[in-house]
Amino acid sequence: MYNIFSKNQSFKTLLNISAGIIPLVCSGILLALVLNSFNAFSEFGFFNFLSSKEWNQSPNNESYGALPFISGTLLTTALALVLCIPLSLSVALFNGEYYKGKTISNVLNTIVDLLAGIPSVIYGLWGFYVLRPVVMSLGLSSQGSGILVASVVLAIMIVPYAASLSAEFIKLVPKEYKESAYSMGATRFEVIRYVIFPMASSGIFSSFILAMGRALGETMTVTMLIGNTNQMPQSLLDTGNTLASIVANQFGEADGLKLSSLFALALLLFIITAITNLIGKIIIKKKSISK
Amino acid sequence: MKVKNIIMTIAAMCMASACGNKDAQSEIKLSGAGATFPEPFYTMVFNNFNNETNNTVSYGGIGSGGGVRNLKDKIVDFAASDAFLSDEEMKEMDEVIHIPTCMGAVVLAFNLPNISEINLSGDVIADIFAGNITKWNDNRISDLNPQLDLPDNDIIPVYRSDGSGTTFIFTHYLSQVSESWKKYYGESKSVDFPKGQAAKGNPGVANTVKETPFSIGYVGSEYAFAQKLSMASLMNACGNIIKPTLASITASANGDIPMDTRTMITNSPDKDAYPISCLTWIIIYKEQNYNNRTEEQAKATIGLMQYILSDKIQQSSTKINYAPLPKKAIEYSLNNLKKATYNGKQISL
Repeated sequence: MYNIFSKNQSFKTLLNISAGIIPLVCSGILLALVLNSFNAFSEFGFFNFLSSKEWNQSPNNESYGALPFISGTLLTTALALVLCIPLSLSVALFNGEYYKGKTISNVLNTIVDLLAGIPSVIYGLWGFYVLRPVVMSLGLSSQGSGILVASVVLAIMIVPYAASLSAEFIKLVPKEYKESAYSMGATRFEVIRYVIFPMASSGIFSSFILAMGRALGETMTVTMLIGNTNQMPQSLLDTGNTLASIVANQFGEADGLKLSSLFALALLLFIITAITNLIGKIIIKKKSISK
Repeated sequence: MKVKNIIMTIAAMCMASACGNKDAQSEIKLSGAGATFPEPFYTMVFNNFNNETNNTVSYGGIGSGGGVRNLKDKIVDFAASDAFLSDEEMKEMDEVIHIPTCMGAVVLAFNLPNISEINLSGDVIADIFAGNITKWNDNRISDLNPQLDLPDNDIIPVYRSDGSGTTFIFTHYLSQVSESWKKYYGESKSVDFPKGQAAKGNPGVANTVKETPFSIGYVGSEYAFAQKLSMASLMNACGNIIKPTLASITASANGDIPMDTRTMITNSPDKDAYPISCLTWIIIYKEQNYNNRTEEQAKATIGLMQYILSDKIQQSSTKINYAPLPKKAIEYSLNNLKKATYNGKQISL
């Protein structure tokens, strides 16, 4: 009896410790980001750092600002979301409504899950060697790389996240509502338009928010495709850099103020991603309560 | 009986391997850290050194800056650096000896459909990367290439997105040959190029150039030669058009070099020199007794330096696309090595 108790007790202790480690690591990361970026913020001022377009690395004349990278991040993410909405909504309706439970839906589901599991470097390679030459041969941009190509590949990457969660919310719409609509002579499209979408809308919205969180921080693919330039992008065909890609590109030989500025960019990315995820979570929670 | 035999055999093998370990312990272990540019060369040299002397050398390619920091902290036997120490840096530490080990260059790789050779000059390159020359059929390019039918396409400069010694050597050269480059962009490990796109590492730049028609990028010669990229011939300080080859790289150190070999050889005055060439160095302390190093370690270190400077190793560098040092640099370095001491006494091998 005693033996069982002690096993039980020690298992519980182990569990508590393991569970405690996670918040500890997370706050440790945040603390490291804050401490290391302190230098940059005190040198340039927080709002100045956010709004400055300068990324001047010459040793005697260093000045760093985050605006080109914040713009790059928001531009790629917004464009990726816009491109991903039609794709993932159709997949969600296909799986969640039209072919719910059918073999073909299972096949599509598996493929979508597979897309989610592909390492980002593979998307990057595909974008670099396949999509980029297409953009160049269409004459859209002479150098191929840029915000547009990065966003298109990002859009494909986040489809699985948006689609599978949306499909779940579409499936959750009660049968009774749909059937009563049909009995009143509604067509399938009308059911989708006036019954399913309004009822699942907040769930679908939150799934896009979560997909957006993924797009914000994507590093490898973007670094391979965006062109990695530190100027403000003037158009979608321009090259640029995102918060994630500039850090990945430049941390290697960075020290002093530059390193601190890179930490500051990482902190900004951390905050933006955290807020996005939080909003998504809150909406999902509200939805599941109201259900 | 059989079992007993097997046991005896195993026991004998264990003893033999134990003896082997004992031998291995008496060999000398050296460690160094620094530049990534000569790392493939050093890996080859240190392997051969190990085969011939039984001494092992471990090397960490952590970047020139890191290597010098390790030497300052006295935790390595040598540092490797693509940049020699400045007078100020040398004042901050005990006396050091610079040993050049091999040479390399920065080449301009380009991607022009149906064109495999092109001539460029320093000021033209500076204006291409500054965004002042935007078309391939610009007069200043076609004047250098009357034989070519250059396309009316935008030039896409490709540069390094990460901090790099390659960028430093490239921009150092551009600052030498172009006043406006010096004024607006200067020389640094990372420079804010105004135009084009950037990629990480030599492989990143080389690949982007390969995959982007009408682009041009700068790449380390050891990488470009191995990948057989299309490279521009450059006009050197004498006005000669020079192809980047191992011989033309070596030629750029033919001029007057100082006794301590601390010199940048970009824009070399030699008539056969490729203008964006560079030396790379190993740096050791003159007084070899530090951090409890033994006299054997000191001797092995000096032995290693002499080995690197030997004819055989210098000639073998070409096999992996590095250029050998010119005679004068080797002669100076062997002399400099004689100044190394252990407890104030000259080290005799």
